[in-house]
Amino acid sequence: MQKFTLDDLRTIMRACAGEAESIDLEDDILDMSFEELGYDSIALLETAGRIERSTGIAIADNDLTILGTPRALVDLVNSGYSREAVT
Amino acid sequence: MRVRCAVATGLGVAAPNGLGTENYWTATLQSVTGIRPISRFDATVYPVKLAGEVRGFEPAEHLPSRLIPQTDHMTRLALTAAAWALADAGVDPGSLPEYDAGVVTASSCGGFEFGQRELENLWGRAPGHVSAYQSFAWFYAVNTGQISIRHGIRGPSGVLVTDDAGGLDAVGHARRLIRNGTPLVVSGGADSSLCPWGLVAQLPCGMLATGQEPDSGYLPFDERAGGYVPGEGAAIIVLEDADAARRRGARCYGEIAGYAATFDPRPGSGRPSGLRRAIELALADADVTPSEVDVVFADAAGVRELDRVEASAINSVFGPYGVPVTAPKTMTGRLHAAGAALDLAAALLAITNGIIPPTVNVRPAQEYQLNLVTGTPLRARLRTALLIARGYSGFNAAMLVRGVA
Repeated sequence: MQKFTLDDLRTIMRACAGEAESIDLEDDILDMSFEELGYDSIALLETAGRIERSTGIAIADNDLTILGTPRALVDLVNSGYSREAVT
Repeated sequence: MRVRCAVATGLGVAAPNGLGTENYWTATLQSVTGIRPISRFDATVYPVKLAGEVRGFEPAEHLPSRLIPQTDHMTRLALTAAAWALADAGVDPGSLPEYDAGVVTASSCGGFEFGQRELENLWGRAPGHVSAYQSFAWFYAVNTGQISIRHGIRGPSGVLVTDDAGGLDAVGHARRLIRNGTPLVVSGGADSSLCPWGLVAQLPCGMLATGQEPDSGYLPFDERAGGYVPGEGAAIIVLEDADAARRRGARCYGEIAGYAATFDPRPGSGRPSGLRRAIELALADADVTPSEVDVVFADAAGVRELDRVEASAINSVFGPYGVPVTAPKTMTGRLHAAGAALDLAAALLAITNGIIPPTVNVRPAQEYQLNLVTGTPLRARLRTALLIARGYSGFNAAMLVRGVA
């Protein structure tokens, strides 16, 4: 699988939830929390749905809630995460 | 104890014949119709060809990008109209004490366009393609929720679902909250179901007009009446406790002086419609006599039997030709929950400006014995207006608004 990059995530986040007025997603957002970025749990669910559609990697809802930052999410996708392996 | 008085201090309108209150009011006084052939989707295979669509509405011009992926068209209209109404009132609810502002809106259909798209994803692709926002974006309560979140409104709130009576029922409930001590309530209605699914869902009622000519599609109180044209839109009204409004020096469009709702008996019962009783109860609630009412904004179903019931109710209270009656919704179509809220905005503007907006295209049938204001607006000294609204399956609502001298 092709590497899933922060830019891929940015594109998905914009499509899923737009951008908070005070935040520029082009900034160094890797270690900012989704909460700081203005993404609530439903925005994250929507993000996960789109990641699954583009990469085939399905992230379980429970695992999604403990991912705090874009870095954690990008790393998880690139680790070849599979729901079966976790549960 | 003194009863608190609810006054309207801000208006926000997104109507088929005008985006923004000023555009709507100007168009309405110039008899400009928003009823046109359906353009939102290909309607050639459907029996209904006309609709009142809100034109020229670009969501990104009015809403932050955050709100666009998660909202149906009707919610975007509601959010835009709410922001306009609050700006018009010159108030930021987020700056008030935490529970001092509420939201009560009406919606009949919910987010049909959004819902149709996601159901298509579900059936045509897979569950994983359904947006997580479907969980709330289709829901008729979503407008109240989104307005409350966007403006930091955390006081008593609610949603009314009574079809075309909803606009009055929402404002009636908002008035109740103000009487119970909430200083400010954002109220009104929003609806849009101008997508194939939304349109098909309305067809079984058998009351939609199937004509093709915008000028003869929706003709309430006319012998040619053949149903109503569906429309979309939002009308939001900021209501405040009169004393609170006065203290902050707010401009006041008028007072919600009386309100009542009734429900019709089951079909075939032989008992009369509850509409007359709704009007009488609203008059009593406002402590207003029929002779004090200067204009009636009719429900104007555009369906012969329903027009007959309404004319009969009006005449039984006011006498034949006893009061000017108008239906500016002949320029927009029936907007469901937004319709009566838009009429309320029109009534407040009529009182403020001393002018009755016209009913367009209609040649009043003699049998109804109504003094219908047709063709051009009528200048008049207006103090008190009656609004009538009915919803499918038996909802009746009536409201009295009074200018503040």
